[in-house]
Amino acid sequence: MTVLSITDLNVFFSTEGGDLHALRDVSFDVPERRIVGIVGESGCGKSTLINAILGLLADNGRVGGGGIHFEGHDLTRLGPKEMQALRGPRIATVFQDPMGALNPVVSVGAQMRNIQYRSGLSRSEKDAKSVAILQKVRIPDAGAALARYPHEFSGGMKQRIAIAMALLMEPALLIADEPTTALDATLEVATIELLKELQQDIGCSVLFISHHLGVIAELCDDVVVMYAGEVVERGTTRQVFNNPGHPYAARLLECDPARQSERVRLLPTIPGEIPDLRHRPEGCIFAPRCDRRAPACEARQSELPLQTGHMARCALAEARS
Amino acid sequence: MTALLEVRDLEVTFRVGPMLSRRDIKGVAGVSFDVSPGETFALVGESGSGKTTLARAINGLQGISAGSVSFDGQRIDGLSTGAMKPMRKVMSMMFQDPVGSLSPRMTVGDLVTEPFRIHGVSVDFRAETERLLNLVGLNETFADRFPHQLSGGQARRVGVARAIALNPRLIIADEPTAGLDVSVQGEVLNLLNDLRERLGLAMVIITHNLHVVHHIADRMAVMYLGRFVETGDCEQIFDAPAHPYTAALLSANPEPDPDKARNRISLPAEVPSLLARPKGCEFHTRCPWASDRCSRDAPPVVDKDARKIACHYPLQPGARPPVAEATP
Repeated sequence: MTVLSITDLNVFFSTEGGDLHALRDVSFDVPERRIVGIVGESGCGKSTLINAILGLLADNGRVGGGGIHFEGHDLTRLGPKEMQALRGPRIATVFQDPMGALNPVVSVGAQMRNIQYRSGLSRSEKDAKSVAILQKVRIPDAGAALARYPHEFSGGMKQRIAIAMALLMEPALLIADEPTTALDATLEVATIELLKELQQDIGCSVLFISHHLGVIAELCDDVVVMYAGEVVERGTTRQVFNNPGHPYAARLLECDPARQSERVRLLPTIPGEIPDLRHRPEGCIFAPRCDRRAPACEARQSELPLQTGHMARCALAEARS
Repeated sequence: MTALLEVRDLEVTFRVGPMLSRRDIKGVAGVSFDVSPGETFALVGESGSGKTTLARAINGLQGISAGSVSFDGQRIDGLSTGAMKPMRKVMSMMFQDPVGSLSPRMTVGDLVTEPFRIHGVSVDFRAETERLLNLVGLNETFADRFPHQLSGGQARRVGVARAIALNPRLIIADEPTAGLDVSVQGEVLNLLNDLRERLGLAMVIITHNLHVVHHIADRMAVMYLGRFVETGDCEQIFDAPAHPYTAALLSANPEPDPDKARNRISLPAEVPSLLARPKGCEFHTRCPWASDRCSRDAPPVVDKDARKIACHYPLQPGARPPVAEATP
């Protein structure tokens, strides 16, 4: 079963310098009960993709072809009212900054009651549900926490409360956009483990966005690698990390200092810049920076299957048996 | 070799709380270290451990309540703003937020030459802009852009250009790569490293990315609640951390390898408040190895194999927590 299915999604932004083609032919699935990670450098379209899914594209943005299928709806065709009914109860989100999700002048308990406003439960039942999930995210003394305000909690606790609130209505899909970037290593690891545990408890799927390759490797079942608004590679985490098929994915993995077991003073980088998306090259988007460039790269690239469930958008990628 | 920067028993105190129950807390509670010319010294620790406060105290942006800071043999703590100004020429600072530390109303060209104007150094601004931008890998067309037109990595490079404009002898970089992608992070670190080699810069780098520390720093200090719990040679510490907190930090480092076995030392997530520092060893509330003695007596800082460790029971290489071994 697939919870979220994106097919050939294209997103454009109109800018002074002409139309900017922010996402081109993006396709991937989020299967039931799986955690799918999206990696890519800033500007690769990760945030545009989330906004497109949530129906929150900026005023100058529009979907120009393709579909986003979720629970029998094509989200690109839903009106603002219908989208609003889905956001929260069915598709929940957690962002990098927990204070963006918490109201500083309303107690945590009241905020969590508000989230359950359509549940039909009594006040005490709502509070009991809030306490249960706060205990699950390991907030000490969860009962008393309901009366406290967001500023009374530490950064790591605030993020855990934000996660608890997102999962309170047991959504089918959780979108987590860099939820651990602002945390330190020890808290980051604790938060990932917690997220995994809750995901299994609730049985939801997670779309996890991060540029931290270590976190992706640890948490995600599947990975989607994006570059300049295109999906260049996707597969299971093991397939992509152990055997990357696209040169960009391979270079990105090499660049992580964590992959260098020997101490090196000069860290690897990918020379060149992301192309101007107002003038997208017709051929392979990564060709100008690729050290394996060949004549075949001049043509538009399609996704080549490498193995079951493992795809790369590169003419030079070879199928593996 | 004489140290370029010498910090001795530095303390920073903050006054907190409402008027009648006002209390002092120590953001930095007595740290000492040296940085030699050409050396990279890394400060690691959780947020709230006092890393940034320490950096600001060294640079005179934050008053200190005890101890001393010397630069090139000269005391610089407690100097007046005017007396500190010439010091800032030789000791520059890169702040945490790359875009926030650039004035939104100034062009990149004005920003990178601002240090010359502040210190009254007369140079050919046009030529200097070009030189500095080239040095950090930006072309001259960037000179007319404003900060909001820059990406995070480009803003970071402008920050580096400003920090090196006056040929300082020491750069203090607070999270120089936070929020950057891995390839851009590599570029910024390579740039700093290249400058260190060519200009003989000393660097103090604050970061919580331990992989970065491993590759670029010579020596490191691990901070916990405003104190150094372990100081020493980077490679030695990575090979065999002696303080339980260091060991936990290193084991918590997520690695981009799905097949890697993770022998993690998990800590209770809650960091004690500075208002209620634990008695004895301040780490004992979270330490898997803690014994009665740890909750009673504060451990002295001991020198062991060129390392300074504040622990009653320094770990043997490869030690695992006793509790974790008992549970299958």
